[in-house]
Amino acid sequence: MSLWEYANPKRFMETSARILPWVAGLAVLTTATGLVWGFFFTPDDFRMGATVKIIFLHVPSATMATGIWFMMLIASLIWLIRRHHVSALAAKAAAPIGVTMTLIALVTGAIWGQPMWGTWWAWDPRLTAFLILFLFYLGYIALWAAVENPDTAADLTSVLCLVGSVFAVISRYAAVFWNQGLHQGASLSLDRKENVADVFWQPLVVSLVGFGLVFVALLLLGTRTEIRARRLKALIARERMA
Amino acid sequence: MPDLGKYALEVLSAYGISLLLIAGLVVLSLARAARVRRALDEAEARSRAHGR
Repeated sequence: MSLWEYANPKRFMETSARILPWVAGLAVLTTATGLVWGFFFTPDDFRMGATVKIIFLHVPSATMATGIWFMMLIASLIWLIRRHHVSALAAKAAAPIGVTMTLIALVTGAIWGQPMWGTWWAWDPRLTAFLILFLFYLGYIALWAAVENPDTAADLTSVLCLVGSVFAVISRYAAVFWNQGLHQGASLSLDRKENVADVFWQPLVVSLVGFGLVFVALLLLGTRTEIRARRLKALIARERMA
Repeated sequence: MPDLGKYALEVLSAYGISLLLIAGLVVLSLARAARVRRALDEAEARSRAHGR
């Protein structure tokens, strides 16, 4: 079995119909577990106090914000190179989820920053790159809505996605590239010494997996809707021509 | 309910806004999915009725 089989909309609809309820159920269960664990059963941090509980929303949403853009980049490249419609529609369906995750990261970051840094916002490299990423998401969604021909819209949005990937990289690694700024380095790392303490790390990983599953569930739902919307558009065009 | 001390407003508002945004996204996604599915079913029924 090849991954390319799912470039066939009919095959994608059949398979996604089977797995969507399971992914959605698992997403609710995992996200609820991670957030309840983090909110109710973790201690206060010795420096940040109870605000440390915001990490269980902020880190997963920020990780998803950049991760979703990379998924859109891969889907856009598949569209540009192999012209598979499902990949273009998957990228389109991912964008509203990505913009919501970016907004959650920005809002929770501002709420967390106020008591810790004494300001809601700073023109820090990572924060600024995230704001630009948010604007790229909005531009991407607006471009899909503005272009009537779906193939042209897919071409143009794919190019926009390639350009925006620069800011997705910067927003993820800005704290590594530049030492100045308020934002600290990564909270999660393959290097165990760089991670947050285990008592926060464990529910954080569960929450991260939960947010990832929420994305997959909404992506499957959204791509199915886009495939149906495309068929609907074709049927309406055929009715008008008859 | 854990004792959030002087940061109760910040923590609760972060959770409240985030959960509201996620819930809004889920509701809008489900509503659009249902709307498009209904419209497609109607269009396919019309198409079949006209033998297209």
